[in-house]
Amino acid sequence: MSVIDLEKAFQDKIDKEIKIEPKDWMPEAYRKTNLRQISQHAHSEIVGMLPEGNWISRAPSLKRKAILIAKVQDEAGHGLYLYSAAETLGTSRDQMVEDLNSGKAKYSSIFNYPTLTWADMGAVGWLVDGAAILNQVMLCRTSYGPYARAMVRICKEESFHQRQGFESLLVLSKGSQAQRDMCQDAINRWWWPSLMMFGPKDSESTNSDQSIKWKIKRKTNDELRQQFVDMIVEQVKLLGMTLPDPNLKWNEARKHYDFGEINWEEFWNVVKGNGPCNKQRLAARNKAHDEGAWVRAAALAYAEKRKNRLKTKAA
Amino acid sequence: MKNQHIINSVLHIADTTLILGQRNAAWCAHGPILEQDIAITNITLDLIGQARNFYQYAASLINEADNKNETEDTLAFLRNERDFKNFLICELPNGDWAQTILRQFFFSTFQQLMYQKMMHSSDNQLAAIAAKSIKETNYHVKWSSEWVIRLGDGTDESNQRMKNAIEYLWSYTGEFFIAADYESIDVAGLKHEWLEKVKLVFEEATLSIPENTFMQTGGKTGVHTEHLGFILPEMQSLQRNFPGVEW
Repeated sequence: MSVIDLEKAFQDKIDKEIKIEPKDWMPEAYRKTNLRQISQHAHSEIVGMLPEGNWISRAPSLKRKAILIAKVQDEAGHGLYLYSAAETLGTSRDQMVEDLNSGKAKYSSIFNYPTLTWADMGAVGWLVDGAAILNQVMLCRTSYGPYARAMVRICKEESFHQRQGFESLLVLSKGSQAQRDMCQDAINRWWWPSLMMFGPKDSESTNSDQSIKWKIKRKTNDELRQQFVDMIVEQVKLLGMTLPDPNLKWNEARKHYDFGEINWEEFWNVVKGNGPCNKQRLAARNKAHDEGAWVRAAALAYAEKRKNRLKTKAA
Repeated sequence: MKNQHIINSVLHIADTTLILGQRNAAWCAHGPILEQDIAITNITLDLIGQARNFYQYAASLINEADNKNETEDTLAFLRNERDFKNFLICELPNGDWAQTILRQFFFSTFQQLMYQKMMHSSDNQLAAIAAKSIKETNYHVKWSSEWVIRLGDGTDESNQRMKNAIEYLWSYTGEFFIAADYESIDVAGLKHEWLEKVKLVFEEATLSIPENTFMQTGGKTGVHTEHLGFILPEMQSLQRNFPGVEW
């Protein structure tokens, strides 16, 4: 088959909602886009462990401590599924980790913001995981089979994360004045970065059209962002808190909430490495990796010795 | 008095599992291998779960005896350094991966033997917690033994790091077997079996047990290392700064 025929057969499959599997023929650009997206997603899970891990030692009750540890551990598990899904596209986990640690690969910019108070644990769960879920629910139906299947598992756990985040803020919102202030402050700080998680506006987004045609994405950045705003505006009322946007109001004609302009200069600055924690996050990943080098070497050496001993025994 | 003894012995185990959990939790997101980050975090969760069971039981005993309003959280977050009764070994810094897994191995091997006894306690609540916890501890022993062997018999560097860890930690193992006046389990009687188990794993790991080392004590009676005074203020900060609220 010529490349043109292969591409046509490929697109036909996608149009018929047949999943693309690792051994199937796929356009190079499809492979690359998926690899970039899945590995970036895996890296986000791993780097995302850091801002929440930051509060494990100080969680205010034993129950909250256990929940937070379990949540951060879930993220490590998500990183594992996603690295495995990405490996089916031909790049090793070691290579992906190296790209993350060298700063070559990107991860979600949201994790370059600091977690300053306990309320940030609730706000991250509710807003950040809430934003991530909208994207992830869509990705459960993405055209690349291994990615879609990994997302199904991940979504189940993520919706639990979002609920626990909201529930933790609900407790604060019913607590003392200091707790309510802490809650409002966290929402104020995490609201705009959460909106930025959906990426540039559709008019500025370079990959969007092709990704939609290949059903890697099924909704545009702006559609998902709008869905998020509409959802959160209702939920924040239950907390008795407010969102830090004076332009937020119901638009009867659109049947959606209008909202203010995102600070795109801040967005691009954080993407380029100038966020409040970019350097610290990468440094933490590199430190863990470098300090673990002797452990990985020992595990390999031991496995090798064991294999040889079994061989000698068998012979 | 008898009741106070039971309360103290329950607090000793609760504090021990909490403080070790608190230390191990620092590996979460910083482990040497993603799979092992998940594994040690699992152990951390088990330890904190066990701590909660013991604190809840201690709270119920205290409240019954003294008409107080203790909870798992008041006991964990509102007691001071001299009140904590955890083993010293739990509060030592994590050090490297060798030190962390060796501590886990020493402790879990002891805990397994201790729970085996506690499962037959005449105190039904303690027997039930022990029966539930030992399933977790069996895994902790297996996981940590495998790592002791892997690192001991891995590379020259990992072997040396294990030797350093043994050198550092050994003197904190004697405390396991010296009963405090409040303890009813014959912990001294567990020493022989513990030593045999350690020897067996060390042999496979090409490691050896130090001879004639002085043993540190004090944790069970609240005389700690200097480290605990840093762990508690961090762990307890929110409960101390915002007293009497729900979280």
